[in-house]
Amino acid sequence: MTTNILPMLPIILPFLAGVIMLFIGKRPMPHRMVSAVTGLLMVGAAAFSVYYVYVNGTMVTFISNWSAPFGISVVYDMVAALLVLTTSIVMFFIVIYSFQSIGYEREKYYYYPMVMFMITGINGAFTTGDIFNMFVFFEVFLLASYVLITLGSRKIQLQEGFKYLVVNVVSSNFFLIGLAYLYSVTGSLNMADIHIKLSNYDGNLAIMTIIAVVFIFVFATKAGLFPLYFWMPGSYAAPPMPIIALFGALLTKVGVYAIARTFSLFFTNDAGYTHQVLLLLALLTIVAGCIGALAYTDMKKIIIYNIMIAIGVIIVGFSMMDYAGTIGAMYYLIHDMIIKTALFLLIGFIIYRTGKNDAADLGGLIKQHPVVGWTFFVAAMSLAGVPPFPGFFGKLFIVESAFDNGHSIAAIIVLLSSLIVLYSIMKIFIKVFWGEPAQPIELKNIKSDKLLFAAVGMVIVSTVFGLSADFLFPVFEMAAESFYDPSSYSNYLMGVE
Amino acid sequence: MELVTIILAGILIASATYLILSKSVLRIIIGVSVLSHGVHLMILTMGELKRGNVPVLDDAVSTYTDPLPQALILTAIVISFALTAFSLVLLLRNYKELGTDNTEDMKGVPHDD
Repeated sequence: MTTNILPMLPIILPFLAGVIMLFIGKRPMPHRMVSAVTGLLMVGAAAFSVYYVYVNGTMVTFISNWSAPFGISVVYDMVAALLVLTTSIVMFFIVIYSFQSIGYEREKYYYYPMVMFMITGINGAFTTGDIFNMFVFFEVFLLASYVLITLGSRKIQLQEGFKYLVVNVVSSNFFLIGLAYLYSVTGSLNMADIHIKLSNYDGNLAIMTIIAVVFIFVFATKAGLFPLYFWMPGSYAAPPMPIIALFGALLTKVGVYAIARTFSLFFTNDAGYTHQVLLLLALLTIVAGCIGALAYTDMKKIIIYNIMIAIGVIIVGFSMMDYAGTIGAMYYLIHDMIIKTALFLLIGFIIYRTGKNDAADLGGLIKQHPVVGWTFFVAAMSLAGVPPFPGFFGKLFIVESAFDNGHSIAAIIVLLSSLIVLYSIMKIFIKVFWGEPAQPIELKNIKSDKLLFAAVGMVIVSTVFGLSADFLFPVFEMAAESFYDPSSYSNYLMGVE
Repeated sequence: MELVTIILAGILIASATYLILSKSVLRIIIGVSVLSHGVHLMILTMGELKRGNVPVLDDAVSTYTDPLPQALILTAIVISFALTAFSLVLLLRNYKELGTDNTEDMKGVPHDD
């Protein structure tokens, strides 16, 4: 009973909340209450699921009781559990942050239901055990994200939203092409079943390499990897801050998760080639992200390019596909979801308070806002990976694994990128909080208690996450096992057959 | 038979690529929906077109058509239908707000706020 309902909760709860809000109509206050309560419920359910999975192992639900390779199964392993928990925490704080920042008109026109539908899709993509179902959940959250990016119809949003839509629709169609190839080779859509079939397959596997390249193209577009990140800086800078935080923290990470999952389960036959391609793209992403982070003084742009750097680092870890690499990548993935939300929310506070996007126009804010200043400093340290904070542990494992596998250049690039991350984020800190502004800044009088609650809350979550790294290690060890030892993921099929 | 449909899918995808690369927003949207039709046709072909009876369980019949690709296409068609509807609304909104349907003019930061 528990194992049947619990894995479905992260999909059902936000969906139900979204539908309820649609029936309530254009009344922001009930929307706020429903979405905040849903957020809390989801955090509770997800935290309990992490504990449950840790004690009892992977939970599997067979939808409508169709047995595994034929029906759709929801596989709630430790990876999914951790990602769903992080998604729930991020969503809860962003919803609280939206109360005072998104604006009454957007709230009236179904902002919260769209956030809920997006979370439905994201959680679905994390938990599903069926590759076509993953495509459907991708479309669910992409459709909600098209609405969110254009909601409010400012000119910049419409202009960038249309580009975002076309890029994502084309790459989704390629996802379908990849699925069609995969289905014609394996005759199955269940990810665990495909893994078993491919490991016993002795025909021509060259086609698998082609499928791998199609999948890289698709997920690299969604995650913003090197040649295909061109849409990201423009599109992510267009919508208001809470929406950027949602996109930056969650959407790109779903692409990363999909890369990790498919490349650990399907494309293991020619790992020498496919994982090298992945590693190369990841390193180029880091370099491109570093250039962007150095070039801008626009605060949003700097953080958006920092997302690219982080994605590169995570993919470096996953492309190693060994014990240390996947633990590091998994830890860094969770860390990055939390810390990017925190930074976006803090920067959002600065932008709402001063009305300026560019760090060069600001200065001396530490006098008015010492709490925000020091919180930002802690978040910056955490992002750069200074030891007691969580960024450090993930990078440690990734770099260790890169050296172990003889990819010294990759390890050095990852290490150097931390310096550039530190420089780019300290540039914001120094320009915004120290010194004197070039022109006197008129601070806007806004209500900000909930903005501060959400932003400081996220930084506290991140710090606690870093300090409890030792305590959480067995959990991440368990999560990484589904990547470096994919048979631990697929062995739920054994009990069925 | 498979060869014909694969070539047809290729032609559809090629013309979709041509349409998506054009500058008019409406052509891009038409291109995207043609692309999805090409892809659906390809999924259909991947399950083999004619290989037996209807996929209804019966003792007398031993070879069935694969029912799964058709289910997948049905799902994908619904999704691409929703996407086309949304992108057409977005096109209308874009044209009203930005005053253009040419992607050449949709760059830079419009100064409205």
